[in-house]
Amino acid sequence: MKNVVDPTKKVDLQKFVVFGVAVLLFGFFAILRPAYASYSNIMTIVLSTCVNGLLAIGVTFVIITGGIDLSVGPLMTFTGIMSGTALTVWGLPIWLCILIGILSGIFIGMCSGLLVTKLKLPPFIATMAMMMVLKGLNLVISGVKPIYFTSVKGYQKIALGSAFGIPGFYNAILIFVAFAIVGHIILSKTLLGRYAYAIGSNTQAARLSGIRVDTWIIVVYATSGFFCSIAGLIMSSRLNSAQPQLGPGYELEAIAAAVIGGTSLAGGVGTIVGTLIGAFIMSELQNGLRTLAVSPEWQFVVIGMVLILSVAVDQLRRKNV
Amino acid sequence: MARELINMVHIEKEYPGVKALKDVSFQLLSGEVHALVGENGAGKSTLVKILVGEEKLDAGQIFVNGVETPITSIRESQKLGIIMIHQELNLMNHLTVAQNIFIGREHQYKRGLFLDDEELNRESKKIFDQLNLNIDPTVKVGDLTVAKQQMVEIAKALSYDPEVLIMDEPTASLTDSEIEDLFNVIRVLRKEGKGIIHISHRLDELQQISDRITVLRDGNYIDTRKTSEFTIDEIIKMMVGRSIYVEKPENNVLPGAPLSLEVKGLTCEKLVKDVSFNLQKGEILGFSGLVGAGRTETARAIFGADKLKSGQIFVHGKEVKITSPHAAIKQGIAYLSEDRKRYGLSLGMRVSINIALANMAHFINPIGFIKNHMINKNAKEKVESLNIKTPSINQLVRFLSGGNQQKVVLGKWLTRDSSILIFDEPTRGIDVGAKSEIYKLLNELAAQGKSIIMISSELPEILRLCNRVIVMCEGRVTGELKGDEITQEAVIRYATQR
Ligand SMILES: Nc1ncnc2c1ncn2[C@@H]1O[C@H](COP(=O)(O)OP(=O)(O)OP(=O)(O)O)[C@@H](O)[C@H]1O
Ligand SMILES: [Mg+2]
Repeated sequence: MKNVVDPTKKVDLQKFVVFGVAVLLFGFFAILRPAYASYSNIMTIVLSTCVNGLLAIGVTFVIITGGIDLSVGPLMTFTGIMSGTALTVWGLPIWLCILIGILSGIFIGMCSGLLVTKLKLPPFIATMAMMMVLKGLNLVISGVKPIYFTSVKGYQKIALGSAFGIPGFYNAILIFVAFAIVGHIILSKTLLGRYAYAIGSNTQAARLSGIRVDTWIIVVYATSGFFCSIAGLIMSSRLNSAQPQLGPGYELEAIAAAVIGGTSLAGGVGTIVGTLIGAFIMSELQNGLRTLAVSPEWQFVVIGMVLILSVAVDQLRRKNV
Repeated sequence: MARELINMVHIEKEYPGVKALKDVSFQLLSGEVHALVGENGAGKSTLVKILVGEEKLDAGQIFVNGVETPITSIRESQKLGIIMIHQELNLMNHLTVAQNIFIGREHQYKRGLFLDDEELNRESKKIFDQLNLNIDPTVKVGDLTVAKQQMVEIAKALSYDPEVLIMDEPTASLTDSEIEDLFNVIRVLRKEGKGIIHISHRLDELQQISDRITVLRDGNYIDTRKTSEFTIDEIIKMMVGRSIYVEKPENNVLPGAPLSLEVKGLTCEKLVKDVSFNLQKGEILGFSGLVGAGRTETARAIFGADKLKSGQIFVHGKEVKITSPHAAIKQGIAYLSEDRKRYGLSLGMRVSINIALANMAHFINPIGFIKNHMINKNAKEKVESLNIKTPSINQLVRFLSGGNQQKVVLGKWLTRDSSILIFDEPTRGIDVGAKSEIYKLLNELAAQGKSIIMISSELPEILRLCNRVIVMCEGRVTGELKGDEITQEAVIRYATQR
């Protein structure tokens, strides 16, 4: 047994590497621009991680099963628009509106899952189609106009208030951290997580072990939809409105965060902690490049390079083990 | 006294282009080990897959404990206590050993909402102790050797506490001592009144363990009899429908034949420690040892699939640096891997393409278009010469029976005109008839001046084919045997010498 590499060590090393990159990047920007390391800027970075982080958590679940979810961006917007419609058109109480937003996220996730399992569409196609449908629906339902939550007093506080009264420590961060912990526990400690890994690792074997693979895949997509709806809640609260044009593009950032964090697109590998660090690296970069006054065009180039680098390093490391 | 556990009657099953089962009946009693034998593609796996609800039957009935029970899903058969170890490994590489064993049954070991991995590890340990196994339940399955993975599959099946245990060639990748441990467990199950269906191509082993034997041929039911009423030759005759020719070991090596491969001080990260040996032109050199002895690892190192730490390799007298399988193939080395699913086949592609795949350069014209007629012609030749049972060369490899998949791998490497061929368990899962064809083929190849390394855990096979055997243990060469020195006792003595 001594000859076998300890696999737990491998995982730790992986996280360590990503974490190291996050720290190095931080140090790099802080040296160039000391203001970067100020408390308020750090909080800004964390705040800007919230939405992408939650979407990335959802996507991580799906990718671990060997699938992909391209619909998370527009889906996030869709949940906001649904709660906004419930508020302004149907005149429902705000807690019910928020619930409707969350349920619509879960529902759309289930639909993607059904497309993948029952109609046997490849996940890429199913969720890309879903992305297009939602993009259209967002515009149709809202009439291409933002839906404002201004009638609800304190709606913006959901994300931008601070429960502990610490300035800069917004509720959005609190919600984000809380759901990140929930996501981590689901993935590492419950049946849903275990089966996600099992299915991504070897679908056939999972099926032959008596696992209801289709059902669990649907649950996984629904879970992704759930995390999108929480992201949607934070987003609409921050903007005090649901912006129908918003959304497209977020899915790729979410996938990038998951991949930088060590999630394998082949399935079976990935952690929430890794994904969160991945999401953090992305916001850190965007923020840092902005402080260095790098133009947004070049920001894309740099982030693309980081994506290539992080995955390449991971592949090299894998070979050497 | 024995009850009837399972009775399958008039079972029919048709796949597109293949009638896999024609009016087959099969009965299993409590407290019996019932062997199911037949050539590759006879329908053995199909029959048991129907029994566990993995495949639908076209016609026929299944009685469980005397009650007609249509079984349509794995979950149903699991509930009835019918558990199957599949012919191919079905494990989740990214999960740990314990997680694999208890997959689908975590609810029995949960604390509230949360999984209890500690408990799974403890339970796994218990089963391993029973099997006399030393496997760490917290290791990821992907990091284990094929043989260990096979033992995990067995442990997984046993952990269900099955009423009926179906084993589809569980011993194909195991060595004798592991097989003995497995059989001891089976004997216990038999005593407890469980029913065991055992599919195997190792007929000597069936005589040891089974009570009754059912023979299938080409999807037809041939006969069921007490094992004691059969001799091996009779079984073979019923399986194949004819007697088969058993050839004598030949010595093709001319005295003083040049060395085609020389390995000096080969050392790798895993399981290869200072391995030196040489291989003559026209020789079939056997590699024996227990599972985990480092034979596969040595082969992979020579083939450039694993990185060398130190050591030299000489091909036809010239030192070569082999850093990748591509480089090895260029040097005329071919490696037929032990795990066909993982390394040897593109399951989703046609038989014809698979056979051509290691040698595509041969099948393109000067502007780079693929010459399909050549691929097909070559495939037809190989299908014929290896007697691969497939409805056509355009069938996807995934749909072939296990043994026939193995033959496709053989065809693939024979297409490539290599001078040094490394065969890693080439006859695993292959029926007796086909086995003797493969032995004949190996002898022919050697006679043509090719050099062959034959890694095999089946001693009779080594005894039959090789004039020289290298024995390994824990990554080291512990002995070299020649001619009359090659005996079962000698091999085992070196194989266990630390
Ligand atoms: N899914 C499938 N689609 C098409 N044909 C199939 C499929 N599964 C099996 N077959 C065919 O059915 C026949 C019986 O196959 P089966 O796997 O039962 O053979 P087997 O007796 O287990 O052989 P082996 O000893 O090689 O494992 C073979 O001709 C095989 O090619
Ligand atoms: Mg079979």
